[in-house]
Order: sequence, then structure tokens, then C-alpha cells
Amino acid sequence: MAIRVQAAAFDPGAELNALHAANVGIGAVVGFVGYVRDFNDGREVAGMFLEHAPGMTEKALAKIVAEAERRWPLLRVDVLHRVGALQPGEPIVFVGTASAHRQAAFAACDFVMDYLKTRAPFWKKEDTTEGPRWVEGRASDEDAAARWESQCRPGCG
Amino acid sequence: MIRVQYFARYRESLGLDSEQLPWDTRFACLDDLRQVLLARGGAWDVLAERNLMCARNDELCSLAEPLQDGDQVAFFPTVTGG
Repeated sequence: MAIRVQAAAFDPGAELNALHAANVGIGAVVGFVGYVRDFNDGREVAGMFLEHAPGMTEKALAKIVAEAERRWPLLRVDVLHRVGALQPGEPIVFVGTASAHRQAAFAACDFVMDYLKTRAPFWKKEDTTEGPRWVEGRASDEDAAARWESQCRPGCG
Repeated sequence: MIRVQYFARYRESLGLDSEQLPWDTRFACLDDLRQVLLARGGAWDVLAERNLMCARNDELCSLAEPLQDGDQVAFFPTVTGG
């Protein structure tokens, strides 16, 4: 498992290929890439700044990955999240999961993103045509994360 | 002593990223500390937001989380990464 929080840009294709890393027990790799859009909530977005909570961020991501590993038979999980200034079109986040079979890889990738959106200390501040604004949390993200709670609460045996 | 951090919109509204408060036996849980901060009035009303999130010693927690002298806590708005 690799968790990285960095300002530097990354190559999603290289990240996806690195997940397999010649481990011939891996039969399925699933990757998610989140990008900065140029439009959000009715306004044009020229760029954004990603703030995070140093010290807390990696710990929160590690906890999410550990929970995914507890729920599914995963052979590797990589999470990479950028911080600092970002432009539209740039990748913000990469989550990659590897398993012997596709179901675990798909489900775990979905789970890690849902938990990352609601439990990892990142905040987006958009630079819009009408000035800067903090992005507000969405109820739909909370609902998406809650789906997994009904299956098994974090920490349950 | 309790170290309190504020992130993102809260940090901006308060004009403060962190502060140290002397330990007070009234701080049984994180919400007790929050009530003391809310009593400052004005910009501190942001800490009354319904979707406020908080952490104790770098771990997300609820407002009912017990506090101890020496803890580091954080208050912040709903996270929006990904």
C-alpha cells in the first residue's frame, strides 16, 4: 500500500501500471482518477487550491485503506492526492486497487473514494469568475459513504 | 494545555490557524471546549455550524470525544477532497 500527498503533478497511466508491478497473483486492477473541472455549481472555475491538514491527512487515508483491506482480499491499494494550486484538467486524486478478481478491486476502489470524500481532511477553494469560494460538502457524498456503513460499520468484527 | 487548530473556511473566518488554551477541568469532552470558544461571539459562531467536523490527536472524532490535558484538537468544515 502506498499513500502519497503531494503538490506535484502525476501521470495516471504510470500509477495504474505500477499497481500490477509484476505481481502475477494480481488478476484485476481498478483505477479511479479525479480531475479538476472548469465549471462547478453554476460558475466557471479558473483554478483551485487544495488545503489539507498535515499530520492528519496521511493518517486518515491509511485508516481508510486499512478498512478496505479488512473488507476485501486486496493485493495492493495506492492512494495519491494532490494539494496546493491546481488548474482545470489536472488530475487531483488517484485511487488504485489490485486483487485476484475484479469484484473486490471494483468495490474497494469505490469504497476508498467514498470514504476519502467524507473522511479525509482536504478542502477545495475554487477561483471562480465571481471570486474565490470554498466548496461546500455535498449530501450526496455523505449518502454514498453511508451505503458502506449499512453493510458493516468501520471497526465491526 | 490544549492546542486547537482551525482549517480552511474556519481558519479564514477566524483569522487564526491555531492557538493554545490552558487546560480547564470543564473540558470533559470536545463539545465543552467548543462551547467555551462559541462564547467568544462574533466570528466564532462558525463553530455552531451543523456540519462542523472535528478531530482529536489527528483522528476524526465526534463532539462527545473525551478530552485530556495535552491533547491537540481541530475544528473544520465538511471535507471536500477527491
